[in-house]
Amino acid sequence: MTINQSGWRPTAPEASAEAPATFTGNRALMLEEALIFEIGDTQSTGVDIAEAGGTSRLGGLARNREIGLPGLSEPEMVRHYTRLSRQNYAIDLGLFPLGSCTMKHNPRLNEKVARMPGFADIHPLAPVDTVQGALKLIATLGEWLVKLTGMHSVAMSPKAGAHGELCGLLAIRSALEARGDAREVILVPESAHGTNPATAAFAGYRVENIPATAAGRVDLAALKARLGPDVAAVMITNPNTCGLFEPDMIEISEAVHAAGGLVYCDGANFNAIVGRVRPGDLGIDAMHINLHKTFSTPHGGGGPGSGPVVFSAALTPFAPLPFVEKQGEDYVLIEEETAGEHHGRTFGRMTAFHGQMGMFTRALSYMMSHGADGLRQVAEDAVLNANYILRSLEDVLDAPFGGSGPCMHEALFSDKGFANGLSTLDLAKALIDEGYHPMTMYFPLVVHGAMLVEPTETESKAALDQFIGALRSVAERAKAGDETLKAAPVFAPRRRLDETLAARKPVLVFKEPEQAEAAE
Amino acid sequence: MLAVVGAGSIDDLFVDVPEGARLDGAIHDLPNHASELSVERQLGAMARENMAAGEVPFFLGCGAYRHHIPASVDHLIQRGEYLTSYTPYQPEIAQGTLQLLFEFQTQVARLYGCDVANASMYDGSTGCWEAIAMAGRITRRKKALLSSGLHPHYVSVARTMAKFTGDELVHRAPMLEAGTDLDSLEVDGETSCVVVQYPDIIGRIGDLSALAAKCQAAGALLIAVVTEPVALGAIKSPGEMGADIVVGEGQSIGVGLQFGGPYVGLFATREKYVRQMPGRLAGQTVDAEGKRGFVLTLSTREQHIRREKATSNICTSSVLCALAWTMHMTLLGEKGLRQLAALNHAKAVAAAERLARVPGVSVVNDSFFNEFTLRLPKEARPAVRAMAERGVLGGVSLGRLYPDEEGLANGLVVAVTETVTDEDVEALAAALEGVLA
Repeated sequence: MTINQSGWRPTAPEASAEAPATFTGNRALMLEEALIFEIGDTQSTGVDIAEAGGTSRLGGLARNREIGLPGLSEPEMVRHYTRLSRQNYAIDLGLFPLGSCTMKHNPRLNEKVARMPGFADIHPLAPVDTVQGALKLIATLGEWLVKLTGMHSVAMSPKAGAHGELCGLLAIRSALEARGDAREVILVPESAHGTNPATAAFAGYRVENIPATAAGRVDLAALKARLGPDVAAVMITNPNTCGLFEPDMIEISEAVHAAGGLVYCDGANFNAIVGRVRPGDLGIDAMHINLHKTFSTPHGGGGPGSGPVVFSAALTPFAPLPFVEKQGEDYVLIEEETAGEHHGRTFGRMTAFHGQMGMFTRALSYMMSHGADGLRQVAEDAVLNANYILRSLEDVLDAPFGGSGPCMHEALFSDKGFANGLSTLDLAKALIDEGYHPMTMYFPLVVHGAMLVEPTETESKAALDQFIGALRSVAERAKAGDETLKAAPVFAPRRRLDETLAARKPVLVFKEPEQAEAAE
Repeated sequence: MLAVVGAGSIDDLFVDVPEGARLDGAIHDLPNHASELSVERQLGAMARENMAAGEVPFFLGCGAYRHHIPASVDHLIQRGEYLTSYTPYQPEIAQGTLQLLFEFQTQVARLYGCDVANASMYDGSTGCWEAIAMAGRITRRKKALLSSGLHPHYVSVARTMAKFTGDELVHRAPMLEAGTDLDSLEVDGETSCVVVQYPDIIGRIGDLSALAAKCQAAGALLIAVVTEPVALGAIKSPGEMGADIVVGEGQSIGVGLQFGGPYVGLFATREKYVRQMPGRLAGQTVDAEGKRGFVLTLSTREQHIRREKATSNICTSSVLCALAWTMHMTLLGEKGLRQLAALNHAKAVAAAERLARVPGVSVVNDSFFNEFTLRLPKEARPAVRAMAERGVLGGVSLGRLYPDEEGLANGLVVAVTETVTDEDVEALAAALEGVLA
């Protein structure tokens, strides 16, 4: 039986009769909420703006049609979005074990720092003399990243992990082209995150998979056999998406370099090794770092992220613009204009401005709070927590690589042994009823019905024990063929949603009832 | 816990790390942990080294605008349910974010005058390249004409990408004159798309209708880029003038200046092109009990399903900024947005008239919304720096944006939003007069 920290012992609810319907459709604190298009109108507003008139200089293009934007008063608007917020799960509500996503606590000091007017209320094109503190912050964060990774330099502008991958591959391609060596192929392990092959294709490369061994690691022999003059780079994730460290990483790097290629590392899983291993010591040429994973900037329901890329000395000359450089006591911005003399080989600009400043402030606040010692402990606690989950559940859930030694920061299970056609999806939805966000499902693709559990260092032993209890319970039900799992979730704001219908007849914007009927 | 794990020490968990790569202790040349008080103090000192826009007369624009953001917006996006949630892959417990994204998509589509919009891009500049790439997929052509009025940084981003994809980009710098190049763009049978900024980098507003017709006749797509969404409260939407894809920067609504990021890219198009769109989409559906709900949909376009065949590699985008955008837009409503746009325009017109009276200064634009370009009697770049020394952030010099274009060196782009007071305009006029003397 699960016991929480207070010693309070939850009791299983009686199987009650169907709950009576309510007039409103609400169920006490679970409130239904209509769309703004159904409750607002174009004549309502929540702001008080002075009327203005006078000469128009709009070039004869003044708007003469209604836009159709409903407004709400401030109390209505606050209530609408507060009610909606209550239909979301969040780290602030509980353990969020999404593998490869690193959903750790987001400290609120970071939010406060990011909102300081000196950071939040400055313009990207302000004269550089007036934003020396901002440039210093970017340079300082860059220095932390370079030291933590043991690399040579860092590009701060990429907007998210996938944008960082693109940055790394464009630098690699530029470096190869600079030596007159056009190569066409990027090798990607079959367990890779989907962004890796998508990015390689976006950067103009052909993608080939390299297989994994039965132990869940890159097949070194197969990799070596495939290397050749057409291979531009290997994109590798380390720790990998099976939750394991690649022990042959140095040998992989050496082999790739010997064949004239370069090594890109997907840094999504840096949280497992920060402060314990420096990727620079593993022979990596480029790696992006998701500040919204390892360094706690909030994920915000799908971004904004931030994906700075650290480079080896070989790739540094090709890094994108703009970047910050310290010259004497001053911080200067290297842009197209100033790049000429020293940075003429840059591959160019990836985004309009300097990157995700609002994420930089949060990440630096987190790093300074933790320090070199605290960050090392972050990795240790994250890895310990994941191993604790792995070993506490491997008797009930199949752990395909449980015999491969300790995992890193995430524990991987499969759906082996589930009865009556029950699936990973059913188990995940049952976890929702237990009050948890499910783990990452069906990824990596190399494991059948994969379940990738990443607890992060945020969780206490008591919180882990309660989660383990819940996961054990639903796993046992899945193995016993308990078909009620197929109906889960039953306690969430919505029952299972019909994703096939959504894709077959896409409704992507609200249509007024008469429009919707006409479209039928 | 170690006993359960079967490890003697934490170090045992890192046995797979090659010995030579193991760090013995904390990295020595970084500081150790610090208290909340200490971190706040250190970063506060760094923040105070910057001249915050709210502390001085402020007139910068060119792709990032300072608007008043109502307090309720920032309060709501700090709710943990929004701030600390993940991409809504488990829709049953993410209806809050999903319904908001559905509202966002609808608002963006209506504002832009398009059928559909996605759930956000990183920012306007990356969205602009994604639109060019999408046009290439649709037309199977590789030549993009970029109007001279397109933001030079957006052009740079497109150039970076085109270098690797083999797309041909045709572009030249703008001229300091009232007329745009919209009528002179040579659309031919090779042209994939024409990219036009509306209003453009120096503030001019050009009618897109004729160009849209020309594109359509040539089988090319018209992409309109909007860097100031508030403008669309006052002027016609690009969609109603025939643009096929409308993209832009959403930062003005709900998202602060933040030194350039995070911002939020808006992306809308015609219904028939939806399967070629990049990025996430929220769609309406029903649950097992028939209740309306929302899910991420059409994900067969996306990287996590399609891998190397995806329409884009984008994954995490800018959802929290999109939520802030929608909250702010809902608070404004049509009435508030139109009032806000009218106020911006009136203030800008008054400022343009006032600044034109500064000796030697003239206004380049015939048409503009809340941003116009001044021609100074000397180079604008040093003038901007000199004004900053007098405590006035007086605009963006075209010399900063186009360092190689001598013909633009005297251009100063001035943005005037609702946050600017009459006293600010007088301060700018005085500062200009001072530095030009």
